[in-house]
Amino acid sequence: MKAKFAALAIAAAVAAIGSTSALAQAKEQFFPVLSYRTGAYAPNGIPFANGYVDYLKLINARDGGIGGVKITFEECETGYATDKGVECYERLKGKGPTGATVFQPLSTGITFAVTDKSFSDHIPIITAGYGRADSVDGTVFGWNFPLGGTYWDAADMLVQHVGKKEGGLDKLKGKKIALVYHDSPYGKEPIALLEQRAKMHGYELILLPVTHPGVEQKATWLQIRQQRPDYVFLWGWGVMNSTSIKEAVATGYPREKMYGVWWSGAEPDVTPAGDGAKGYNALVFLAPAGQGQVHKDLIKYVYDKGQGTGKKEEIGEVLYNRGLVSAMMAVEGVRKAQVKYGKKPLTGEQVRWGLENLSIDDAAIKKLGFTGFMTPVSTSCVNHSGEASASIHTWDGKKWVVQPGVYHADTSILKPMIRSSAEKYAAEKKLSKRDCAKEAG
Amino acid sequence: MKKHWPVLLLGAALLIGLALPLATGVSPAGFYVEVLLGGLMTGVLYSLVALGFALIFKASGVFNFAQGAMVLFAALAVARLAEQVPLWLAIVLATVIMTALAWVIERVVLRPLVNQEAVALLMATLGVTYFLDGFGQTVWGSDIYKIDLGIAKEPVMILDKVIQGGILVNKEDFVAAMVAAALVAGLTLFFQKTSTGRALRAVADDHQAAQSIGIPLNRIWVIVWAVAGFVALVAGVIWGSQLGVQFSLSQVALKALPVVILGGFTSIAGAIVGGLIIGVGEKMAEVFLGPVLVKAFDLAGGGIENWFAYVLALLFLLVRPEGLFGEKHIDRV
Amino acid sequence: MLYRENGQFKSTYASDQQMLPILQDRVFMVLLLAFAFVAVPLFVSDYVFLSLLIPFLILTLAAIGLNILVGYCGQISIGHAAFMAVGAYAAYNLVLRVPQLNFLVVLVLAGMIAAASGMLFGIPSLRIKGLYLAVATLAAQFFADWLFARVKWFTNYSSSGSVSTAPIEIFGWSVDSPAEKYLFLLAVLVVFTLVAKNLVRSHIGREWMAMRDMDVAAEVIGIRPVYAKLTAFAVSAFYCGVAGALWGFIYLGAWEPLAFNLNLSLNLLFMIIIGGMGSLLGSFFGAAFIVALPILLDQVPIWLGIPMSTATASHLASMIFGALIIFFLIVEPLGLARLWAIGKEKLRLWPFPH
Repeated sequence: MKAKFAALAIAAAVAAIGSTSALAQAKEQFFPVLSYRTGAYAPNGIPFANGYVDYLKLINARDGGIGGVKITFEECETGYATDKGVECYERLKGKGPTGATVFQPLSTGITFAVTDKSFSDHIPIITAGYGRADSVDGTVFGWNFPLGGTYWDAADMLVQHVGKKEGGLDKLKGKKIALVYHDSPYGKEPIALLEQRAKMHGYELILLPVTHPGVEQKATWLQIRQQRPDYVFLWGWGVMNSTSIKEAVATGYPREKMYGVWWSGAEPDVTPAGDGAKGYNALVFLAPAGQGQVHKDLIKYVYDKGQGTGKKEEIGEVLYNRGLVSAMMAVEGVRKAQVKYGKKPLTGEQVRWGLENLSIDDAAIKKLGFTGFMTPVSTSCVNHSGEASASIHTWDGKKWVVQPGVYHADTSILKPMIRSSAEKYAAEKKLSKRDCAKEAG
Repeated sequence: MKKHWPVLLLGAALLIGLALPLATGVSPAGFYVEVLLGGLMTGVLYSLVALGFALIFKASGVFNFAQGAMVLFAALAVARLAEQVPLWLAIVLATVIMTALAWVIERVVLRPLVNQEAVALLMATLGVTYFLDGFGQTVWGSDIYKIDLGIAKEPVMILDKVIQGGILVNKEDFVAAMVAAALVAGLTLFFQKTSTGRALRAVADDHQAAQSIGIPLNRIWVIVWAVAGFVALVAGVIWGSQLGVQFSLSQVALKALPVVILGGFTSIAGAIVGGLIIGVGEKMAEVFLGPVLVKAFDLAGGGIENWFAYVLALLFLLVRPEGLFGEKHIDRV
Repeated sequence: MLYRENGQFKSTYASDQQMLPILQDRVFMVLLLAFAFVAVPLFVSDYVFLSLLIPFLILTLAAIGLNILVGYCGQISIGHAAFMAVGAYAAYNLVLRVPQLNFLVVLVLAGMIAAASGMLFGIPSLRIKGLYLAVATLAAQFFADWLFARVKWFTNYSSSGSVSTAPIEIFGWSVDSPAEKYLFLLAVLVVFTLVAKNLVRSHIGREWMAMRDMDVAAEVIGIRPVYAKLTAFAVSAFYCGVAGALWGFIYLGAWEPLAFNLNLSLNLLFMIIIGGMGSLLGSFFGAAFIVALPILLDQVPIWLGIPMSTATASHLASMIFGALIIFFLIVEPLGLARLWAIGKEKLRLWPFPH
């Protein structure tokens, strides 16, 4: 009896999940939001997701949608785990009148897994500041958009910065640079570029992986104490970041010599270490901390109406702003695609055209209210990333202070690396490269 | 001598392993002591968690996989309550919460499963782990929280005239070691001198005999779990002040498992000694053996400490299948 | 009334010893297989294939493997995802380096490599028992995690540590649509289940069960513990290795070393505990339960129309998962298979009360 009831219940559940939900063919653009609000990476995932969702709400509240098409969205908890991310992807890719608009997994591991599916599912994947470094090449990775920069760009700019500090890239010879990285595709991505630059400039690269979740770093920092590198690059995420800074304090490594990638330089990473984090540096790209016109709009249209996703005091933090910018670029991609395809719900393929023809210049940035929080981005079929640029910001104990000076990634080094890596991928997967000229004309 | 040769051989091998870095010239020499101290400190932290395991297993025969989740839950309670009330009050309140939790676990999970086999009880505590993880994060949140014990975090350089390079020590590590020692001393006193302690030891020895002389088993189990909860609280506070209180803290407790199997499931002394051995072994291996392996096999980085503790414990188990201080298991056919 | 054995007499030993001695059981099995092979692919959406049926089939295979070790031979193992990892990476390397091999051959070879590693990690079981062994098997888990992340040869020197695979081809049939994957996996599972059923009914299976029940007594009557335990580890690892290869190639497509972590091991253990240890049918039930539960828990708030933040939903899912495990252990420690068996017994008497 119990068995029969259980069997019936399971059958009913399966049938219910299997049946496609009948959606009214409304004028809606569906945005899936892959986020993580639980687990070891929640401290960083929560502000980003809040920013992302808040911006979507703002577009609906302030502008009535994109060109009159309302935005609908649904969050899916991935916990930074690749398999859950893939499951969320599969569940949400068909939702909405025209399917999912764009995916932003906020995880390089999930990006790797979902990239393979993008070739048959035809849904663009925006990986602003993360993801595969070789996905800049739009002829192979037709659906990936690492807008604003990749990890090779980030590593390149960090090397340029420490080179500048030493008085010239040639002065790096004989120096030691340690990379403390999260033992995942995210952390391993910059190694190729750092090794390349090591060959060019003669510095010694020390690789120190930290296993998920990254709370055990005593041995790592003891090794750093032993080897005394001149600089430590931190490529961590979640709890690993704050633990690194704490262990640096405990082993007496000067925080001024630590440089985090743009995902290791936010408030949740430095506040747990208290005063010990003073002097810690990180890259900042696209959006630094602070508030501008768009934040005023957010308060007026979203928070004052009680629709805010997070806490009002937290808007304007580094990761929150980055979430805003990521959502903004997705929305602008849709808007650009609407110019060609009309003001209606668009499919992933149509949105891809928009993302490939993005040209957000200073005037557009001002119109959107992002002045000071965005650098211009323009993409093409061949270059899915735009020009990468970043600055360094330092934590002074209470807030992030952006140092003067903007770095640009050295494309002469990066272009050949990207091309060879993309071609290797295409050969492995037996893909044919896109013909951009043919598709445009 | 003849009977104990495997243990002695293993011990000798370990001592040689410990001495090798010194022999091959570690520069500076003070660094070796730092790694040793770091290992001992980590070992103390593991021991604190392992104490909880040993206590519960000793008294009720349950392998409490949820000890890690209890450490996390206690740490979260202290961290969040300390935002509202002074720290000492937060600790007291958290103790009350852990005792209540212990009572609930005993009533809801353990009592219905009293005579089940070990695997079922292990699985039940795994269920408790999942439940506590979700419950703790729902109640207290998923962010990183601070526990501020008021100890300076900056390390101090000592003995720099005596040993080249000096030794960097952390005051916090020292305090943690003192607290752990005090806890063990307190627990030993509790078990040896008080009547409740005697009752606990009686239950650990033989449930049925203890019951037949009138010791209330259920109440004893609640007391044991409450004491284990308090131990988890101490572990949580110390871990939390060092590493920050966040969800991933419960996974560090998995590292305490090799400690209990090395020391013996039922032994408190084993938890301490095992913890120190595992802690030192792990850090030494990671810092000195790791780079050697990386160069020899062209590995993508070290990280051997994740499995070294287990392999070390496994080696000990092959030599002494019940752990260093565990009770010998007699099979009746 | 329907499920009676009246009139079903056996006249040969073979017919008496068959796996499904009751006619109604045989009919049911044929109908079930027909339903699974023919009806399901026609009516089920791609999403259900990809998120429910395919993981269910692969995890059932792994659960059968673990059940052989834990349920039939009584050796507790909490690190079995390590063998899945061995199988997956072995298959990946075989496909990469010896591309002429048929994928089925690759599967079997990957399974054998996993079996060898299973025997290696099973050696401690000759000396250690019970919970000590359980924790010792964690060594296998963490070592495998480390090995595949560090030794670059396994991942073909990929800079990111993750590997990806092209869709598999068998005798010219490219298995890439969800329905095709499902059919392939179903066929593999049916074959492997038959093999497992035969193994546990044979003398080797009886040796395993003797080791589980009373290992000292078994040794006394002449069952060699080395042989029994190591074969249990080997067969169990073989199944998990094949399951791991299928998991990586068919379900994930691209994976990193963390894909086979402790969570997967614990999930496998939950499957056989909830499904029923020492029962092949239990592996099926357990796998279905564990695969369906998180999805159900995620979807229920949406169906009921309660707006819940994803964080709360996922915490709630974790709490309900833990509570359900405890509930099952208290209410039915022998698992869902026992419930099924009770159901069948009641069905024999129906509509009479006794």
